[in-house]
Amino acid sequence: MQIVLPVIGTVAAWRDHVRRLAAEGVAPEAVRWTVGEGARDLLAADLPRNEGRKLSITREALAEIETALCHSDPERFNRAHALVLRLNDGLGWGDRTDPAMRKVLEQAKAVRRDIHKMHAFVRFREVPTDGPRRAFTAWFEPDHRIVEAGTPFFATRFGDMDWVIATPEVTARFDGTLRFEETIDTARPPADATEDLWRTYYASIFNPARVMVKAMQSEMPKKYWKNLPEADLIPDLVRNADARVREMQAREAEEAPARRLAAARAMAVPDKPAPEAGSLDALRADAAGCTRCPLYAPATQTVFGEGPRDAKIVIVGEQPGDEEDLAGRPFVGPAGQVFDEEAEAAGLDRRQVYVTNAVKHFKFSPRGKRRLHQRPDMAEVRACNVWLQSELGLIRPKLIVAMGATALQSLTGKGQDILKRRGGFEEAGDGTPLLVTVHPSYLLRLPDPELAKVERAKFRTDLAKAAEYL
Amino acid sequence: MSRRTLTDKLAILSDAAKYDASCASSGGERRDSSDGKGVGSSGGSGICHAYAPDGRCISLLKILMTNFCIYDCAYCVNRVSSKVERARFSVEEVVRLTMEFYRRNYIEGLFLSSGIIRSPDDTMADMVRIAKTLREVENFRGYIHLKTIPDASPELIDEAGKYADRLSINVELPTERALSDLAPEKSATGIRRAMGAVRLKREESREVTHTGKTRARFAPAGQSTQMIVGADGADDRAILGQSANLYANYKLSRVYYSAFSPIPDASRMLPLVKPPLMREHRLYQADWLLRFYGFEVDEVAGKGMLDLDLDPKTAWAIAHREAFPVDINRAPREALLRVPGFGVKTVDRIIDARKRGAVRYEHLVAMGAVLKKAKPFITLPGWAARGLEAADLRARFAPPPEQLSLF
Repeated sequence: MQIVLPVIGTVAAWRDHVRRLAAEGVAPEAVRWTVGEGARDLLAADLPRNEGRKLSITREALAEIETALCHSDPERFNRAHALVLRLNDGLGWGDRTDPAMRKVLEQAKAVRRDIHKMHAFVRFREVPTDGPRRAFTAWFEPDHRIVEAGTPFFATRFGDMDWVIATPEVTARFDGTLRFEETIDTARPPADATEDLWRTYYASIFNPARVMVKAMQSEMPKKYWKNLPEADLIPDLVRNADARVREMQAREAEEAPARRLAAARAMAVPDKPAPEAGSLDALRADAAGCTRCPLYAPATQTVFGEGPRDAKIVIVGEQPGDEEDLAGRPFVGPAGQVFDEEAEAAGLDRRQVYVTNAVKHFKFSPRGKRRLHQRPDMAEVRACNVWLQSELGLIRPKLIVAMGATALQSLTGKGQDILKRRGGFEEAGDGTPLLVTVHPSYLLRLPDPELAKVERAKFRTDLAKAAEYL
Repeated sequence: MSRRTLTDKLAILSDAAKYDASCASSGGERRDSSDGKGVGSSGGSGICHAYAPDGRCISLLKILMTNFCIYDCAYCVNRVSSKVERARFSVEEVVRLTMEFYRRNYIEGLFLSSGIIRSPDDTMADMVRIAKTLREVENFRGYIHLKTIPDASPELIDEAGKYADRLSINVELPTERALSDLAPEKSATGIRRAMGAVRLKREESREVTHTGKTRARFAPAGQSTQMIVGADGADDRAILGQSANLYANYKLSRVYYSAFSPIPDASRMLPLVKPPLMREHRLYQADWLLRFYGFEVDEVAGKGMLDLDLDPKTAWAIAHREAFPVDINRAPREALLRVPGFGVKTVDRIIDARKRGAVRYEHLVAMGAVLKKAKPFITLPGWAARGLEAADLRARFAPPPEQLSLF
């Protein structure tokens, strides 16, 4: 039996036929598929028949088979017909060890590539129009029968213009609605003035020092060149590349005029005044370039303390975390939010206190796209202590709050037994009263919600003790 | 100076832009113009509309707004001390070129960069105005990539992220030392701080507010950066270490490597040799191994430099023969990923096929494996690994010494 599929709507027609053939139990090998014109074979009565059935295959399989049916291989209809019946009988989809399945998958891939190249290499030329929308036309020669599958892309991309894409077989027309017709007029649209700008761009963006013609041709094979306005530039670009590079290498660099250089250099120097010597800002600027320990290298920036110069209380945490490192400000991440909430509840206004950390760079170990917090070691705490002491020396607070073992270590030389010492008052090296409490990140790590609640309340009580110093 | 035509400007300002390797237009927000009220679509995998004879994809209109620059970075063709010809586009010219190229299906969108004129804020403000005009006046829904100026104000970066799909800031060089030697006005901390700010804003923009509203979009296709390879003395281990750090710190979509190539009117501080293209290629391969194949920097570049004759995975396998042969039907995913000649897709297909029964040697080609590379390192029905101990294993993979020829 011969079945003639229409040029437009080929795949849909094939699907209807296969559904009917399956219901009638016609064997795939009894069918001869053609597209377009062809003599009809009406001797269907002697066909070998099997038991009729209703087809059901997965959506994924159907989509892939329909894509493969856009291939130019004349065998594709029979192959797909047979495969559909086997899938219906329980053959698993996607098994590349099955030759027919593999062929369908490979042809689907070839069709997708052809469609992709169509999306890439169609070149519209503007044509005159009487209508309100601008009009464009393109001529394209695909390897496979992809116009119907490949052009809806252009309808969603070029929604506000009228366009035509003509190929040797089928033409797509869009004026708000996409339509297909058999191609009658095979004339190429006339050249478009913007093409010269495009050719200028193509020639200028090419780097003659890195000629790789093979790489270019594997992605833009010569068969497409005749419809690409830029392609006839290629031979000269390649031929002259080497001479252009040699010329660049040979030419001695000449200095630009001295006057322009001086003017530009003056503009390039930021005109920010240097901070007053001995001020917090001067200290902050110094710390920004700190390389006293290796932690600066993988981090984004030094996260210095922040708050009023005359703060009565200085709060000291461990080190900046992920978000603090990015923002350049202390206590803005999750632990900072816990601190803010509890401080507010305890009557401790964050704007009135100076907050800082014992270590001023974020220490972490990278895990793919994440950074895992790591506790700073003794040497790092010691290296950074100089900044903390300078901050305290300038501010001279009435109270220091040490949050967590690292801060406690840095301020008193002893970081052990934090849970026993918390809530108590001690003295910093210079005799300033020092209140011990836990680090807010400890509260976030507690797995037991009841315990976390209790610990949060204790933290708040500690901060309330500090608030009395305001 | 005579008045330049649009063609002159385009020639100068695209020539000046070609040292940026990125031309990606994939990912980001799904948009289209099927409502008929604008033009453009984006959000799928990007399309390369042409390839230059340098083998690079041309996906975007990649231009500089201006190549006037007050900075003096030795590696850059546009540095103030270079005598290269200068030009400047107006906002309207960039918009017109983008729209007319886009309507003819030449490009996926715009990649706009610029020399620094007057001040970082002035420059950034002009770039933002171009992106804003494209979006709000022309209803352009294609792709926009803006190169952000590290020292521009946060308000301008906010606006840039609102109109652009991708923002990028180039780290330029693999080490801080090289940056301060070759780019005296740039600061490594300034660049990293700007990348940190972009990451924070992207994360904020994806959070839902307390009232359940989604926030304004911000660079939905992420941020990327570029490092010049071969202009300073940094080895591959330092370069890849820097990349791993950048991926972790700023969640970059991509790090691009750009082999330093001779530029017109070059500074004498730099090597004017053939660009190290093979080294660049090996770095990209190693970068892939770090991101998708579970390798660590020290595993692929422990020796300092990557092997130019072998891809980094084959080089690793030959140096770690004790880890092979891998039993294709039993090995965990991580071990399969380490087999030379197997890509992520091949590995996934093998794991899928194992559920249906034993995988045989003759099945592997259909699954996309490159058997020429994989053969000595695998064992499975239909094939027994041979030659793993051979002393000349490396020689079998390395290309024969070849006379260099010019094209």
